[in-house]
Amino acid sequence: MSDKKSGLNEALHLAPNIYDKVEKIPTRNGYGHGLVELGHTNKNVVALCADLSDSTRALWFAEKFPDRFVEVGISEQDMMGIAAGLAAVGKIPYVSTYGVFSTGRAWDQMRTTVAYGDFNVRIASAHGGVSVGADGATHQSLEEIALSRVLPNMKVVVPADYWETKKATLASADIHGPMVIRFGREKVPVVTTEKTPFTFGKAETFRFGNDVTVFACGPMVYEALIAAKELEKRNIDVRVVNMHTVKPLDTRAIIDAAKETGAIVTAEEHQVNGGFGSAIAEVVVENYPVPMKRVGVLDRFGESGEPDQLMVEFNLKSTDIIKAIEDVLKRKKK
Amino acid sequence: MKKVANDIRQDIIRMTCEAGSGHPGGSLSSVEVMVSLYFNVMKQDPKNPAWDGRDRFVLSKGHVCPVLYASLARRGYFPVDELLTLRKLGSRLQGHPHRLKLECLETSSGSLGQGLSISVGMAIGLRMDKKNPRVYCLMGDGELQEGQIWEAAMSGAHYRLDNLCGIVDVNGLQIDGKTKDVKNLDPLADKWRAFGWHAIEVDGHDIQSLINAFHEAEKTKGKPTVILAKTVKGKGVSFMENNAEWHGKPPSKEEAAKALHELEENILKG
Repeated sequence: MSDKKSGLNEALHLAPNIYDKVEKIPTRNGYGHGLVELGHTNKNVVALCADLSDSTRALWFAEKFPDRFVEVGISEQDMMGIAAGLAAVGKIPYVSTYGVFSTGRAWDQMRTTVAYGDFNVRIASAHGGVSVGADGATHQSLEEIALSRVLPNMKVVVPADYWETKKATLASADIHGPMVIRFGREKVPVVTTEKTPFTFGKAETFRFGNDVTVFACGPMVYEALIAAKELEKRNIDVRVVNMHTVKPLDTRAIIDAAKETGAIVTAEEHQVNGGFGSAIAEVVVENYPVPMKRVGVLDRFGESGEPDQLMVEFNLKSTDIIKAIEDVLKRKKK
Repeated sequence: MKKVANDIRQDIIRMTCEAGSGHPGGSLSSVEVMVSLYFNVMKQDPKNPAWDGRDRFVLSKGHVCPVLYASLARRGYFPVDELLTLRKLGSRLQGHPHRLKLECLETSSGSLGQGLSISVGMAIGLRMDKKNPRVYCLMGDGELQEGQIWEAAMSGAHYRLDNLCGIVDVNGLQIDGKTKDVKNLDPLADKWRAFGWHAIEVDGHDIQSLINAFHEAEKTKGKPTVILAKTVKGKGVSFMENNAEWHGKPPSKEEAAKALHELEENILKG
């Protein structure tokens, strides 16, 4: 299974060029392409947008299927309700806007109309993370995971790259109930390939290792792989698990990692408070407590800047994951 | 249908008294609207609540679910006896309606301002499939203070949803007092017209006028219709009428007995 040299899980057909000239594509393009494919294969799929169709890539669907596209204008709360109504008459609506507006501004609509009613609404939550860049804090959504995972019936997926966003979009059409799919604006490394398996709710071990486990979601999966590669030089054997499904969590993978590696680091481009790392910590603490450290945004709002600068400024790089690994290894029971 | 309306009013009194909580005022004001819809206007099949061809009803002001539950039970969707389980643990009749508990409900509601958007979505979806059912959405007048209602009003007009009909129970009262004192809604018909809707003002306790208005709505093409039903909050029970105090307060046993007696007398008077 394991490639001896890299430790990567060969069965998953990961990108061959992860460590050398990795390709970069925005995850939002995966949503756009996935949605168009769904348009062809599932006549019940419809898309909604609130004046951000180009930016969210919902436009690609709108151009192919104008009769199944609903432009709602700048009114996200209305859009969330309209989506529920479409679901109530048998459609599978994809609400497309920035995470701050869908999971934030329209939270009560997401809660009481969509989640409580258990409607098949897909919330395509764009522009997640500080890597949104120059637009600054108002548009850099850092709270979607916390805001959505707290709701019963809700599912939450944070894909790692372009291919996984496309696969998550395709898979979502057949999953009952409401779901948030979070993706970003900027080009990010493509770590998987078209052949890499994607199963909703199932964590994938991208790299084998027994000293410590990094659970990551979104573009932080790439940063975790880079951190693991760097630590090879020091004979530290890092397991990297891609946890694209944040709810429901693959608790088996978490408990196994706690037992087998004895130390856990989480990595997310999101607030650590209430977010992905918190979700993992809940499982670890209740089942098999081991030293843990969360890498993510530390209780501050984003700000303007170049995406790459911001990832450094907000401690979201592989070097930050390495520091976190060093910390948990110090505390790990020998 | 007057007899049915009276039965439903008695149900509302019994249910809220038995529950020890609930919203009798706005339930009583909406009775004739509900009777017109459920006993005349809407196409439906109580034996097959999921029938694809049914007209859709969305209760946006979820707190008046006693009138919805009573209408559904009287129409044959479930036993009338079950009405007395309102708001009790394990009941299908939640304090605010929940579609997953009771199959014949289209939506869950309780947070005001959201029902018209859902109705717009239903109307768009039905039209995409070239299906005929109409969509009805009952709102409260105080509820129109929610901005989302006006977002949905713009959407309904923009998409020319002539298969959508809104109804506003204009009883003029909300928890903190008169709507015109809390946050004035007038001129209400002009507002809806300015938003591109066909607006019909009608006596909300006159069943025939309501039915005529619903027929006018069905014949109105190229735009949605809103029926502004002028009503009396607490209608039919003298001590509850036009009194905001009865928005969310249940009657005591003595008050319920007095209310039921009044309603019985109203039947005898015709």
